Amino acid sequence: MASTLVAAPERENYLNNEYGISSWLFTTDHKRIALLYLVTITFFFFIGGFFALLIRLELLTPEGDLVLADTYNKLFTMHGQVMIFFFLIPAVPAVLGNFLIPIMIGAKDLAFPRINLLSWYLLVIGGCFMTYTILSGGVDTGWTFYTPLSTHFLDTHVIAAALAIFIAGFSSILTGLNFIVTIHRMRAPGMTWSRLPLFVWANYATAIIQVLGTPVLAISLMLVALERIFHLGIFDPRLGGDPLLFQHLFWFYSHPAVYIMILPGMGVISEIVTCFSHKRIFGYQFMALALIAIAVLGFLVWAHHMFVAGISLYAAMVFSLLSYFVAVPSAIKVFNWTATMFKGSITYSTPMLYAFGFIGLFTMGGMTGLFVAALGIDVHVTDTYFVVAHFHYIMVGGMVMAYMGGLHFWWPKLSGRMYPENWGRLAALIIFIGFNLTFFPQFVLGWLGMPRRYWQYSPEFQVLNVLSTAGATILAVGYLLPMVYFLWSMRYGKPASDNPWGAAGLEWMISSPPTTFNFDQTPTVTWEAYNYDELQEAPVER
Amino acid sequence: MSDSTPAVVEHNPDLRHHFANMEQQTETAVMGMWVFLITEIMFFGGMFAGYVIYRHLYYSAWLEGSQRMDFWWGTINTVVLLCSSLTMALAVRATQLGHRKSTVTLLIITILFGLAFLGIKGIEYWGHIVTEHQFPGPGFRFAGPNTSQVEIFFSFYFAMTGFHALHMIIGVALVSFIAYYAWKGRYGAHYYTPVENTGLYWHFVDIVWIYLYPLFYLISHVHRK
Repeated sequence: MASTLVAAPERENYLNNEYGISSWLFTTDHKRIALLYLVTITFFFFIGGFFALLIRLELLTPEGDLVLADTYNKLFTMHGQVMIFFFLIPAVPAVLGNFLIPIMIGAKDLAFPRINLLSWYLLVIGGCFMTYTILSGGVDTGWTFYTPLSTHFLDTHVIAAALAIFIAGFSSILTGLNFIVTIHRMRAPGMTWSRLPLFVWANYATAIIQVLGTPVLAISLMLVALERIFHLGIFDPRLGGDPLLFQHLFWFYSHPAVYIMILPGMGVISEIVTCFSHKRIFGYQFMALALIAIAVLGFLVWAHHMFVAGISLYAAMVFSLLSYFVAVPSAIKVFNWTATMFKGSITYSTPMLYAFGFIGLFTMGGMTGLFVAALGIDVHVTDTYFVVAHFHYIMVGGMVMAYMGGLHFWWPKLSGRMYPENWGRLAALIIFIGFNLTFFPQFVLGWLGMPRRYWQYSPEFQVLNVLSTAGATILAVGYLLPMVYFLWSMRYGKPASDNPWGAAGLEWMISSPPTTFNFDQTPTVTWEAYNYDELQEAPVER
Repeated sequence: MSDSTPAVVEHNPDLRHHFANMEQQTETAVMGMWVFLITEIMFFGGMFAGYVIYRHLYYSAWLEGSQRMDFWWGTINTVVLLCSSLTMALAVRATQLGHRKSTVTLLIITILFGLAFLGIKGIEYWGHIVTEHQFPGPGFRFAGPNTSQVEIFFSFYFAMTGFHALHMIIGVALVSFIAYYAWKGRYGAHYYTPVENTGLYWHFVDIVWIYLYPLFYLISHVHRK
């Protein structure tokens, strides 16, 4: 750390108590492991983003002129696999959750610090397999590995990719396990379930899905691998096997996985909205229960990905209805965030801008989710750009926005430095504009009938595709900007005070950055979460 | 839950720094194991679900396949595993009572039962694969009206018993590890969580077999009147 800018010697904290590469690679401190995750997933975010940029460049013109059809198949496959399994799923839980959950519940560390480190190593090993897959020519199954395409027809590196995701899956399982046990067993005296910050509830709900869902993905991918290596015939139609069974098993995980990717984001938004409205959350219990409800309902809707795959009409009707039920807790969340802001004293800081973005874009993504959950409309839009736009509104407009918001919100705590506020606001604005320009035209394209996963398209779709590609370029700038100023702020940023936002929560009562054991002595909690009405009007750095 | 006073009351060397007391540490570790076992249930659950669906679709092929299972080896293996669970449970009890020698002896007997199970499984696999050519794939041979569906039956047989055997191998390794440290005197009445957790894992792997045994070996026996 630079001592030229700070006159007084820095307090000892988790960053400066030890130096050297082995102090990071063998650490069991949840805060250091969070930073290891941060570096890892940032790397994969830019790899996945690179694929996205190539996809958008190819789609700039109707002809397939930049890459070959097979290459294009690999690009969208690896974009999906890298972004989902190596960025979105670990993003908020493994970085922010890892850092914050023990602090928010008043614990010194997660329940199993060494398993926590192990799960980072598993992600890295999985990432190595993924990188090997990419460098050795890629895989073109689509991120979904549908059989019999993945088992009988493709000659690409399906096994390496499946293994990469299998191993990364165990990283996710162990993180979820650690969170569940930590939240059950490690809470400080007085930190009852009804006093937990919603961020903790959100990660708890996520952890339930990680623990119950991911093993099913693991076994589905293993069966695909066994079918390729040993010619087992569980999904082989030539023997009377049913490829749809694979889809059922795959979506049993992969639909709930969507909620792995959005629930932690909802937790982040609850923290940000309360802080920058300086107000208690509206309907705490509803907010907590809505998170659990989404996690539970998420396990009952998987077949809505298979409406056109030939499942029974009655099953489809039940799954359609159940999919509609997910809208209820989701709407509760959106309304309650809005109600929290109502008559609050709102500050338009960077994290709050991301929260605004999240609420609007998540609403759009959620509403279009109702379109695709309706049986008749789904037949029209299945495998079109409408679906692509829908899930990007949730994943990028929702989760990435929340992740960026959370990163800005807790950056002073993570690094002990302030990021430049005006640059932050500018980047948030660029991301919002770039995002909408990229994905809104895709709703229109899909509705007009442009199919996904083709490297060529009819010339009449070109204008909207050019808009989308232009938006992707703006989006890329928006993502690079925070990367630059975060790195800059680590050295030159203004040292952060312990509570720069005047926020409630245990994490703001300890030093920035925290010491290795977080608390000098275990706190005793006597207050509810978000007790902004009891807080003094703190000096806020704005 | 922890006491807010910073004073360290007892100094148990096995207490890790982030727990308030041994009770919290033990509860946490055991809960972690239970959550892990839930993930294992989901892992095997995917295969059991597939099994149920195909058995419903191709029941006669399932009966044909099941008739080729070696009833006696399967039954002996079930008995072997049940005995190993008993010795494992007794080993946990012996650790809690601080009986080092009987702990080690019981753990070694458990390992031997586990190896016996794997050996018998190996004999069965040898028969199915080498003698009978029942391993799915190009080399699959089966005379009967439902050859290809029986191939699916054997796909499930090898996938499910194979993953079970893999868990057995991991289990034997774990118990060996635990036995070594028990012999070194690492565990006793003051600290026995690793033994208890290994026991939980061992019983779980046992229970999976308790379901696999009837589903593969016994379904055809019901109809043999």
